[in-house]
Amino acid sequence: MSGRPVRRGMGGLLILLVSACDQGPMTNQPKYETFEPAPRWPHNQSARVPVAGTVARGEAIDPRVPETLPMPLTRELLERGQALFNIYCSPCHGRDGAGAGMIVQRGFPAPPTLHSDRLRQASLRHFYDVISHGYGVMYAYADRVARSDRWAIAAYIEALQLSQYARVDDLTAEQRARLEGGSSGQAGEGAQQ
Amino acid sequence: MPQIFPRRANSLVSAMLWGGLVGGVALVIVAITLGSSAHTTGVNSTPEQPVPFSHGHHVGGLGIDCRYCHTSVEQSDFAGLPPTSTCMTCHSQLWTSAAMLAPVRQSLQHDKPIAWVRVHDLPDFTYFSHRAHVNNGVGCESCHGRVDRMPITTQQKPLTMQWCLACHRHPEPYLRPENRITALGYDPAGDGIPGHELREHYGIRKDNLTECVTCHR
Repeated sequence: MSGRPVRRGMGGLLILLVSACDQGPMTNQPKYETFEPAPRWPHNQSARVPVAGTVARGEAIDPRVPETLPMPLTRELLERGQALFNIYCSPCHGRDGAGAGMIVQRGFPAPPTLHSDRLRQASLRHFYDVISHGYGVMYAYADRVARSDRWAIAAYIEALQLSQYARVDDLTAEQRARLEGGSSGQAGEGAQQ
Repeated sequence: MPQIFPRRANSLVSAMLWGGLVGGVALVIVAITLGSSAHTTGVNSTPEQPVPFSHGHHVGGLGIDCRYCHTSVEQSDFAGLPPTSTCMTCHSQLWTSAAMLAPVRQSLQHDKPIAWVRVHDLPDFTYFSHRAHVNNGVGCESCHGRVDRMPITTQQKPLTMQWCLACHRHPEPYLRPENRITALGYDPAGDGIPGHELREHYGIRKDNLTECVTCHR
């Protein structure tokens, strides 16, 4: 009798067996995914803390902080600032900046309103510094908010301050018509000059 | 001429052929059922965490945006897990003596990170980028479900290749505008912006979304 069909049958069986194999080694390859534990490293962590003075890719190497907005003031910058303000600042400062955000309502010490005379006089650099280093019970946000984003937030705070003191005369004819037409307007939302 | 096989071999061969056919079909059915079962895909798995962190409370109750803690989701493949100082931003003032938060305080005190247990883990042979998704109209909710209703984080979606491909083949019904990416309970279909318009807006090319190398590289 020929051994050929038997060998072929064995081959087929082998394919079936291999395909039924546990895929563990493929699913969990010997490499570190982000934050995967690494035994015998400090705290069993594969993620390392950057050495002091590390400059993130794309960030300016010069550690000196500009005195005022280092980029052109555009609508995009303000919109970016608005999005970031609503993410990082509004939990305490409130979306309107008055200082009655949800976390404050739950007992966190209330921050001062952003619409006081003192803060209306404050420079953009002041807001940049507070975001970077914290202030009072407010933690620093330097590890969470990139430098250019801190400027965007500072610029938006100024727009927010302006919005609270906007006069009807400041509106364009079109916006004014919409306001006086009584349609529930978005007059304060953009808060651009 | 003597017969090699006894008479009963006829029925035996027939039984073996039919048995093999029925058994094969049954095997395929069992394999498909097992492969897509919650046991295999991990749907509803809710690993125990060192601190019983509730997305339901922080997102659903307080309205904190996903990006407050997952800060790198727009810039990085990895969404980012918050350092202990992010927790302490509020909990240095709130619930400061809660027993539940003792591991968080110890983590800060000893400068030792909290070892959270991963809930959504793709196999190492798949490449996934958060940045590529959230900047192109895919919301957090599409893969992570209603985290604002989860007392403890649970895997709600199967994360199988078939499931990924459903969206990669027809992304239109899942796309959202930029300002609704982190919104929960958002219905892309009910929003009024047609999916094909969003696809054009984001410049999504469907032809390369199903290339092998898109996810396996």
